[in-house]
Amino acid sequence: MKKMLAAATLALTLSASGLAFAAPLKIGMITTLSGGGAGLGIDTRDGFMLAIKNAGNKDITVVTEDDAQKPELAVQIADKMIQSDKVDILTGIVWSNLLMAVAPSATAQGKFYVSTNAAPAQLAGAACNKLYFNAAYQNDNLHEAMGQYANKGYKKMFILAPNYPAGKDSLTGFKRYYKGDLAAEVYTQVGQTDYAAEIAQMRASGADGIFVFLPGGMGIAFMKQFAQSGVKIPVMGPGFSFSQDVLPAIGDAALGAKASGQWAPDFDNAASKKFVADFQKEYNRLPSIYALQAYDAAQLITAAASKASVKDAAAFGAELKKADIKSPRGNFKFNTNQHPIQDIYLTEVVKNNGVLTNKTVEKIFSDHGDAYAKDCKL
Amino acid sequence: MTIALALEQLLNGIQLGVMLFLMAAGLTLIFGVMGLINLAHGSLYMVGAFACATVAAWTGSFWIGLVASLIAAAAAGAIVELVVIRRLYDRDHLDQVLATFALILMFSEGTRWLFGSFPLYLDIPPLLQGAVALPGGTEYPLYRLAIIAAGALVAFGLYMLISRTRLGMRIRAGESDREMIGALGVDIRTLYTVVFALGAALAGFAGAMVGAIQSVQVGMGEPVLILAFVVIVIGGIGSIKGALLGALLVGVTDTMGRFLLPKLMLLFVPPAQAGMIGGAIASMLIYIVMAVILAVKPRGLFPPAHA
Repeated sequence: MKKMLAAATLALTLSASGLAFAAPLKIGMITTLSGGGAGLGIDTRDGFMLAIKNAGNKDITVVTEDDAQKPELAVQIADKMIQSDKVDILTGIVWSNLLMAVAPSATAQGKFYVSTNAAPAQLAGAACNKLYFNAAYQNDNLHEAMGQYANKGYKKMFILAPNYPAGKDSLTGFKRYYKGDLAAEVYTQVGQTDYAAEIAQMRASGADGIFVFLPGGMGIAFMKQFAQSGVKIPVMGPGFSFSQDVLPAIGDAALGAKASGQWAPDFDNAASKKFVADFQKEYNRLPSIYALQAYDAAQLITAAASKASVKDAAAFGAELKKADIKSPRGNFKFNTNQHPIQDIYLTEVVKNNGVLTNKTVEKIFSDHGDAYAKDCKL
Repeated sequence: MTIALALEQLLNGIQLGVMLFLMAAGLTLIFGVMGLINLAHGSLYMVGAFACATVAAWTGSFWIGLVASLIAAAAAGAIVELVVIRRLYDRDHLDQVLATFALILMFSEGTRWLFGSFPLYLDIPPLLQGAVALPGGTEYPLYRLAIIAAGALVAFGLYMLISRTRLGMRIRAGESDREMIGALGVDIRTLYTVVFALGAALAGFAGAMVGAIQSVQVGMGEPVLILAFVVIVIGGIGSIKGALLGALLVGVTDTMGRFLLPKLMLLFVPPAQAGMIGGAIASMLIYIVMAVILAVKPRGLFPPAHA
């Protein structure tokens, strides 16, 4: 009897340690919860918290704050989280300009940063850091995929993006793979809401395809105005342009638009089905690509936390890099620069039971990394 | 560049100008009559767009939504005037800016609390869907033509209101000498509330019209507000005529700049940089125009006679 008890205790202890490595872990989430970009931040937060809840690890706590899409505010919050909240990991920033203000200083202070979306070229290349991980992609990836796709059947593309770092990365990425002619390359103001002048140029340009990178409200305005213009040129863009957060507001004007994404809600694998069902049950809406990325970021952190203590940065980093998770997107591993190597798909906006969503059409890239990894000395 | 494209861009510029006029008219009216700087004007624009989107979703009719936007924005304007603005007339402009900035934050968070953070859906009514043929063989969205028509109608209506009616007479009197018309027995407090509600209704109307082709979301009013301030500064603060001409000038300059400057840059630099530099200069263009106009005419193009 005594022996049995001892064995049972031992077994319990073992299984408990297998479930969770008993070391407290505090995560600071800085994301955009107010202003025009709030939809993206809310999906980020909700996707992240879903994975934290699923992991059920009592030692992990998350503090969340709103950066209002302002770099100076994000920096203040990051300082406060590091110094007074004593967080171990920062995450959640949506915008590349905010990330550039926060991530390098956080990693310099010995904190991990796991990005749920923003992925500027610098941090994937020469300025990469062993404490910086990106669970989403590198900024150029989805645009590169559309460039690759446009090679099939499009000879003269009209390309358009907002005039800010991610916008420039976007068109650079597109052109890296697109081999045809460009009718025009147009940069618009960030936050622009009226695209009449650009649509008139598209009409007159003689282009046979249009590529736009306009996240959030900009994309909504563009698509609605484009649908009314009578211009009949096919529109394509990276996944953000037609993501689940903006589709209901664009309405039927988005139908048929082609986009690229590392994931879409119709993916036929168990992890994806579970993610979509859990998300819908918890929040009563379809998850967007931002929710997926944050969900995976949280999965990566909880997986690493069950194996190593965050206080041992080398061990924790090594566990993170293993990417031992079941991502809804399928294949997922980290490149040498700690950015994903993953498949990228072509999607099309369709109406499914009255709800606009993205349907997967075909695979564009298999095991796609990024162009900057070679500059990273890790 | 063809004539058709130039014509289309000119129409785009006029349409943007007309939309700015709807915003600027209310702003300049409120400043002219009450001497109040109202930063929350953009919030009333947002209220109009949200009211229209919500009611249109309930009833299925954009037109009922449009009426609702007028009522909601005017009501919001009247309430804000009665509760907050009324206490600010005798304060200096800094206090007014602070208080109305606080109103922006309250309106934004209140709207988020009621409607959530995701943009709402608002579509163009079926009657105005699609594009019409223009001379020169190009097409132009019918809805944008309707915005131009609606703006012209509002401009005419405002002109009639101010020059031909008793209310208009009081507004003009209020602009010239506020103490005197109070002394003559005109109920100045009610007049202020009515003017504020009128300005709010114009902003709400603009929000609803524009919401159908843009994104109905929290914070949508502030970018327009900045342009509207540029318009009234160019036009002469307090002048409706100045607001109309200033709005058209800003609309056409902005559109033509976005269209022509990148092409101009192509003569000097390769396409990628031309787009980037041209785009950057185009976004500064209206401010450059404003600076030049203020250098020549420091009080704007049509400063009101009394000020």
